Parts: sequence; C-alpha cells; structure tokens
Amino acid sequence: MTTTIYVPIDSAATSVGANAVAKAIVAEATKRNLEIKLVRNGSRGLLWLEPLVEVETVEGRVGYGPVTAADVAALFDSDFLTGAANAYSVGLVDEIPWLADQQRVTFARVGVIDPLDIKDYEAHGGLAGLRTAIALDQSAIVEEVLASGLRGRGGAGFPAGIKWRTVMETSADQKYVCCNADEGDSGTFADRMLMEGDPFTLIEGMTIAGIAGGATKGLIYIRSEYPDAIATMNAALLNAREYGMLGTDVLGSGKTFDISVRVGAGSYVCGEETAMLESLEGKRGMVRAKPPIPALQGLFGKPTIVNNVLTLASVPMIMAQGAAAYQALGSDRSRGTQVFQLAGNIARGGIVERAFGISLQELVQTYGGGTRSGRPVRSVQVGGPLGAYFPADGLEVAMDYEALLAAGGMLGHGGVVVFDDSVDMAQQARFAMEFCAKESCGKCTPCRVGSVRGVEVIDKVINNIDRTENLELLNDLCDLMTDGSLCAMGGLTPMPVLSALRQFPEDFQK
Amino acid sequence: MAYAVAPWSLDAGQAVLELLPTDERIILPALQAVQHGFGYVPKEAVALIANSLNVSVADVHGVLTYYHELRTTAPAPITVAICVAEACQATGARELVAHVGANLAPVGGRSDDGQVDVVEVFCLGNCALGPAALINERLVGRLTPKSLESALADTRAAL
Ligand SMILES: Cc1cc2nc3c(=O)[nH]c(=O)nc-3n(C[C@H](O)[C@H](O)[C@H](O)COP(=O)(O)O)c2cc1C
Ligand code: SF4
Ligand code: FES
Repeated sequence: MTTTIYVPIDSAATSVGANAVAKAIVAEATKRNLEIKLVRNGSRGLLWLEPLVEVETVEGRVGYGPVTAADVAALFDSDFLTGAANAYSVGLVDEIPWLADQQRVTFARVGVIDPLDIKDYEAHGGLAGLRTAIALDQSAIVEEVLASGLRGRGGAGFPAGIKWRTVMETSADQKYVCCNADEGDSGTFADRMLMEGDPFTLIEGMTIAGIAGGATKGLIYIRSEYPDAIATMNAALLNAREYGMLGTDVLGSGKTFDISVRVGAGSYVCGEETAMLESLEGKRGMVRAKPPIPALQGLFGKPTIVNNVLTLASVPMIMAQGAAAYQALGSDRSRGTQVFQLAGNIARGGIVERAFGISLQELVQTYGGGTRSGRPVRSVQVGGPLGAYFPADGLEVAMDYEALLAAGGMLGHGGVVVFDDSVDMAQQARFAMEFCAKESCGKCTPCRVGSVRGVEVIDKVINNIDRTENLELLNDLCDLMTDGSLCAMGGLTPMPVLSALRQFPEDFQK
Repeated sequence: MAYAVAPWSLDAGQAVLELLPTDERIILPALQAVQHGFGYVPKEAVALIANSLNVSVADVHGVLTYYHELRTTAPAPITVAICVAEACQATGARELVAHVGANLAPVGGRSDDGQVDVVEVFCLGNCALGPAALINERLVGRLTPKSLESALADTRAAL
C-alpha cells in the first residue's frame, strides 16, 4: 500500500530544513522498501511546528513536528507511516485546537493541497467561484462582491466592490487588474504563503476581477525578496494556461484574461498602489498624487483594479459560497475573515484566520502562547512598520478596522509582532524614523527630511541632550509629517513613534 | 539577490535585452534582466538600455539609482541578506548583525576573502521564524550566529 506523506515546500518550512527532511524521507523509504507518495504542500500555518510532516491515514492527516532530517529514521522506526504516536506527533492536524478553532476561508486550501496540482485544487472546491462568475453578468459579480462587505486587505480597507464597479463603468480600450504582492510590512507573510501554497486561488480571484471589470490583462507585482513565491506563481500560471483557466477562452467562456508576474527591486514604498503602478511602468517608484484614482487612470493611464493578494484571493470563496456566507462573519463594518499573522517573539507563530472582532489579547496569548523567549510580553506592534505599539496590558482591543483606529492603531495587513521585556522602545521609535528615512520616495519634504530629523532628535532624547525640548520637537515633527505627507509612509510613521512615546515614556527617560 | 552568471560584454548585454518580451521593454525590467544576467548593471549597460528602449540615459540612471537592489558593481559569489525589520529585531536580529559585523563583514561590506557580501533587508516574510536571512536565493530562519555560519559554510562548499 502506498502511503501519502506531506512535507511543506513553503519557504518558511524550507528555511528551517523541510527540503532536507523531504529528501531524508524519500531515502529512508527507499532503503526500507516502503512505497510512499511524497506531496510538497504549502504550510498549514502552524509555523512553530515546521517542518511539520503529515501522514495520510484513514482517520485523517496525522502530524509530526518539528522534525529534522536527523529525526527521520526514528520516525520510520516508530511506525509513523501508520500514524502511530511518538515523541514528534501532534495528532490529527485538523483537530489541533489552534487550527480547529480557526475560520479558514481565504486560507482554506493552503497547506492542504498540492499547490501546483490544478486537479487537486478543483477537488477542494477550486474554480467553483470562477464558474459562478462566468455565468453572471459583470454588474452581478460586482454586486456580489459589494454585498460580501469585502474590504481591501492591503492596509487601507477600501471596499473592493466599489473599486471594481468604477472600473467596470469606465470604458477604455484596455483595462488592467494589478495584484499588489509587495507585502513589505514586517510581521506579514500571508500573501507569500498563499502564493506558495495555493496560487490558483489568486489566479482565480484575479480572473474574476478581470471579468467583472472588463480587463483582459493582469499583473502580479511580487517583491524580489520572495524568490520562491515568484517561482511558484510562474509555474502555476503555466499550468493555468495549459488547463484553459487563462487565455483567450477562460474555461470555455469565450472571455479573455491572462496574467504575468513582475518583480520588485527592494523598495517598501512600491507597495503603495500608485508607486507600484509607476514601478510596473518601469519607472522610479514615486507616489502619484490622487486624483486621478487608479480605477480611472491606473497602469499606463488605463482603468485599473488594484487589490492586495488576500483581497483577490477571498473572492473565489465569496463567489462560490455566496456573499451572505462571507458577510455573516465579522463585526460592524469589518466583514468576513482576516488572515492574522502572528510574528516576532512569539511561542506559537503563524497564520490565524478568524472573523474580524477577535481580541488582540486572544491572538497573542491564547493562540500565540506568549513569547518564544519565555519572558513576559511587553509590547505588540500591529499593522506593520507604520502601525502602533500596544502595551501588554492594552491588548483587549477588538481586531477590526474601526476598533483599532479608535484605539489609536490600524489593522494594516494584519501583522502582529510580539516583543518581550528586553525591548527598548526608544530604539523601536528610532527605527521607525530610520525606516522612513531609508524608504521615503522623496516627493514630500516632511517625509524625506522630517524622518532624518526624527532620527537625530530621538538620538538626542536617548542621549539626554536637551531632553524636554527635543521631546517637544519630536511631537511637532510628528504633527508635521502627519499633516504634510502625500501618502501613509510619511503620514503614519508618527504612529509607531508616538505610541511608543505614549505607552512607554520610561524608555525615553533612561 | 542576483549573482554573476555571465561576464559582461556589449554583445552579451544586447542579447539579454533582445530576449525581453515586448511588454517588458521598459526601464526597470531591462535593468533587472541585465542584473540577472551579469550580477550587476555595468556602466555601459545604461547607455545600451537607453538606446535600445529609446529613452534618455538620465531616465535609465534615475531608475537605476532609485531601487535599493539594483547595483553597479559586481557582487561577491555569495550575498547574505539579513532581515533587520521589527519581527526579526524581536528575536535577535540586532545581535545577529553585530556578530556578523564582528566576524564576517559589516552591513554593506564584503568578507576579507571576497566571497560574501553582507546586506540588510526589511522583511523576508519569515517573521514567525526569525531571525531570518536570504543566502543567495535560499531563505533561512530561526537563525543563531552558529546556524548562520553553518548555512554559509554549506553555500561556500556548493560554490
Ligand atoms: C507605504 C505604503 C506601503 C504599502 N504597501 C502595501 C503592500 O505591500 N501590499 C499591499 O497590498 N498594499 C500596500 N499598501 C496599500 C496600497 O496602497 C493599496 O491601498 C492596496 O494595494 C489596495 O489594495 P486593497 O484595497 O485590496 O487593499 C501600502 C501603502 C503605503 C502607503
Ligand atoms: S509621504 Fe514619503 S513616501 Fe509618501 S509620497 Fe511623500 S515622500 Fe513619498
Ligand atoms: S521581519 Fe524578518 S522576516 Fe519579516
């Protein structure tokens, strides 16, 4: 009998030895004359268990992790091919409470299927959304996306359906769908994991967007720091074309849509949508003034749907299961699920997809299990490098767009970065300014010059040079950046700085 | 993250540019193709690209200097890009950079034996398993000074 074994090919898993584990499993099985089928799946998102090996049994998939190549012989000795319990086993993976309690919608297939096997994709519900969309007219698709309440997952939270409708209603000889896969925020990796673990979902979502908006050409802008995601997306695009999912006759509908991958070149601000469009046009990644909005004049001046990976990847499920099912999840004006990413100094880091409204406390403590170092949690940064720092006793905030705003923070792309009590918050504030100085596109003075000044001023505060005056200066500088910046790079850099200052004043008084 | 695969010549550069698909005959993809092919963007390539795309040298130069990753000098055979962003800071990236600085090369520098360039990056999407680095195109995680050294040794051995 052939046993199916899963070893993730996700780059987080390979970064801690999954390729060596896969090789060792094949070698050991050959040596023992055992028949196995090795599947390189995406990651289930329980990253602290990586490399997580799974074995298919009649009861379900049984997990073992973290496993190293050196452990593989012992795994075979202890009969893991039958799902037997041993020192590495974590039981049936679907029943691990950490995963079982989640509401995996966008990430439903990630880690479950073979990322490049379109048949496997279809067997797990893939293409159903696209088939539904093909049977509808453009405005009915847009209505469905509007009704789902889906908002942009890239940071700004703008309703996806409104953008799509604008593009649909604008006539032009050429329209585009541009997927923002620049994922520059520290503490975020969901776009990467989706592209590596379930690339057809993104392709399907983009194709639905294209049909709805009347666009025939899609581009995915992937950051160069993601070589594996780039390779997987390119391979998936080839398969999708061969299967007839893309091309001049999408799934036999007579509609045209195709996608290419473009690669960034190490610039954070190129994640800002207009800078991304400039970069896609081959130019410097300078932020454009809005209006005109990209939906009217985007890539090469043509109407363009710009959406984040997770936004687009949520669409197939919405189309397949109906807007109502998606809309039923969430809180207030934040509908559906958010793919939270638990990162930094955290005991159980990874992907937690839950309906909006879960508390930060639950994410950090219940799911995250506190710090990896075992020391007390001191601070949590939510929403990337432009997001606020929360103190350990201030984690009772609900994770949705509006509640976070009210608490002085922002959701961003859903990253949650935990720090233990060894963190120096004055250094974190300094880093925020330094990052802005390095990554500013240079268009506005408050951002370009203000951030350089910000670093100097924080250094003076840290070194106790005219501290009171310089703290005052820092506050003024932050006001200036907030008010005088064209985009959120300069406009939101004050958020981590001021939240650190407000919540951890003692670190600026040493 | 590129490493040299072919020696530069004008003819070779021209050949690389001719391979660009029509919709990628624009500045950034052209520069990336050259860097991918030769490991860096030689001075001569700027004029070549400008000519080939029918744009000004100043435009090409503007794009070349804008992007952190585009380089104008040949890289070492190995580039180690260490993540210095927040989630990795929380798990010891600063200490890792200090160790590498003391034992190999500082950020922006090259090792004494000329084999390794050290650069910093802001996030590699491995933020739950930090500290992280990219060694050429291989992502490594849960790094300690020791495990980074052994990963580098593997890469050197494979050169
Ligand atoms: C400095 C800066 C960086 C950004 N980086 C990203 C990014 O990496 N990925 C992303 O999807 N959106 C990013 N955004 C948000 C985009 O500008 C834009 O709102 C988004 O791509 C729209 O897609 P959505 O509506 O699906 O979120 C960034 C914005 C700013 C100001
Ligand atoms: S705020 Fe900064 S990054 Fe944004 S447009 Fe102005 S200078 Fe560029
Ligand atoms: S912050 Fe280091 S990998 Fe994301």
